[in-house]
Amino acid sequence: MMPRSFAASAFRHAALLSIATFALLPFAVMVSTSIKPANEIFSDTVRWWPQKLAMIENYSEAFSAAPLMLYLVNGVVVTAAIFFLQVLVALPAAYALAKLRFFGRHVAFGFVLFCLLIPYQAIAVPLFILLYYVGLLDSYSALVLPFTISVFGIFLMRQFFMGVPDDLVDAARMDGMSELSIVWRVMLPAAVPALTAFGVFSVVAHWNDYFWPLVAVSSDSYFTPPLGIMAFRNAEAGNDFGPLMAAATIIVAPLLALFLLAQRRFIEGIAFTGIK
Amino acid sequence: MSLSASQNRAGLALIAPASVLALLFLIAPLSSIFVLAFTDYQLGDRSLSFVGLKNFEALADDPTFWKSLTNTLIYSAVVVPGSMLLGLVSALLIDAGTSLRSFYRTAFFLPVMASLLAMAVVWEFMLHPSFGIVNATMKALGFAPHNWLKDGGIALYVLAVIGIWQSFGFNMVLFMAGLSAIPRDLYDAAEMDGTPNAWARFKLITWPLLAPVTVFVAVTSVIRSFQVFDTVHALTQGGPNKATEVLLYTIYAEGFEFFRSGHAAAITIVFIMLVVGVSLLRFVSLKKNGASA
Repeated sequence: MMPRSFAASAFRHAALLSIATFALLPFAVMVSTSIKPANEIFSDTVRWWPQKLAMIENYSEAFSAAPLMLYLVNGVVVTAAIFFLQVLVALPAAYALAKLRFFGRHVAFGFVLFCLLIPYQAIAVPLFILLYYVGLLDSYSALVLPFTISVFGIFLMRQFFMGVPDDLVDAARMDGMSELSIVWRVMLPAAVPALTAFGVFSVVAHWNDYFWPLVAVSSDSYFTPPLGIMAFRNAEAGNDFGPLMAAATIIVAPLLALFLLAQRRFIEGIAFTGIK
Repeated sequence: MSLSASQNRAGLALIAPASVLALLFLIAPLSSIFVLAFTDYQLGDRSLSFVGLKNFEALADDPTFWKSLTNTLIYSAVVVPGSMLLGLVSALLIDAGTSLRSFYRTAFFLPVMASLLAMAVVWEFMLHPSFGIVNATMKALGFAPHNWLKDGGIALYVLAVIGIWQSFGFNMVLFMAGLSAIPRDLYDAAEMDGTPNAWARFKLITWPLLAPVTVFVAVTSVIRSFQVFDTVHALTQGGPNKATEVLLYTIYAEGFEFFRSGHAAAITIVFIMLVVGVSLLRFVSLKKNGASA
């Protein structure tokens, strides 16, 4: 038994390590190149650790060549604003759909299910025209407003609220709480796990989104991190790879750091929102 | 009775903000797609006129549209099986042992979290024809180097490999969640019944019990693969010579570079039909299996 299980374990690690190499190679190349001087990047020999460290040069070049800090701040402001407004709008609706009997409830939930099927890119053209006519293109509003309504958030929270006992709601009503304060004072505290999962989903999606920011804004003072890295690449004419990889590292780092700190939450959140 | 009247009012009030925003940002735009597709509207026009099916007739005669549709389907046909298989194999291998589980899980999930745009720039550097690591490895192994993103015969498949790289970790997480729901004693029972071989156990227990998750992963993967855009826009711009032109990229170019809104809307309708069609397939298959995922 022992040799067989040793062989099986060795096979398992060999296979998993080769998949890990595939998954991690771009990250290794990115970080390694970001600390190399140009002459080592263009040399024929593959070396993971540079002979002469050019980390400070590359990273300071990256920060001075483009307003990377501004892009990061834009990313934080836009993702935070989107998530905050999504919760503000979705939670009352989700509570109503889960716990209240009102006229048109089934139609409303049917709409939620229907809208879940439509990827937002499909309505980008009319959204763009709408924002063009109200003069909101190229602004923070253009980046945030279309995502304030999240049918996915409503759906996810409604499913979660269905599982909250009615007694909890009834007791709050006995205490004379209004329906709106039940949402924020009773349901919200009970929904922290589902809300975290939705938060992970929302933040990852909007921090990394490229299509809509590309369409909605054109001045670089509104650029989010993915737009920023493209602007950087195009401005650098593609050949200054040290600073370019440093910029990519800076753009990727915040979310990856957050992920590594709370990976269990992230993975469970994604699995939870995925399977529903 | 009075409770239900007050509940009715409270319910309507609580969904009001969501309803207004949904009307403005989802339902109105979606409906206007179906109107725009039958007009000659171009952004900035003061008026528009209905042109019937002209946009769709133009699409039928447009080789770029057919190329774009075919490329999207080819891309999907590579990425979906690739990322599902790699995701499933990863999940099974991780699940088969106890050591280094969270290391592998984290490593495989990193590409899902990282901004695809930033990583596309890294891939472009790795695929650089003269000093990229991919060609350096090819040369070291005695193969001919390629100009990966500029060779029309392979560029789409190179993008598909990046697509697999980016998404298999997501599928792995879903498969792992599915695996953890399979009762362990089923495997013990199968072993006692004389199915000692791991492959036989997989066919007898894992695969059938994983079916609802597999269907879900398949549908999600297909829909995500139809939405490929970032790598195309960043790395190939649909080229060389339309070799990597895909639906969302065509919609983007028509709608936001040439501002031919009517034409873009017609392609969007094809895109919506594809996505909704695949989602509906899932409901059909769920009904048939009587399972829920």
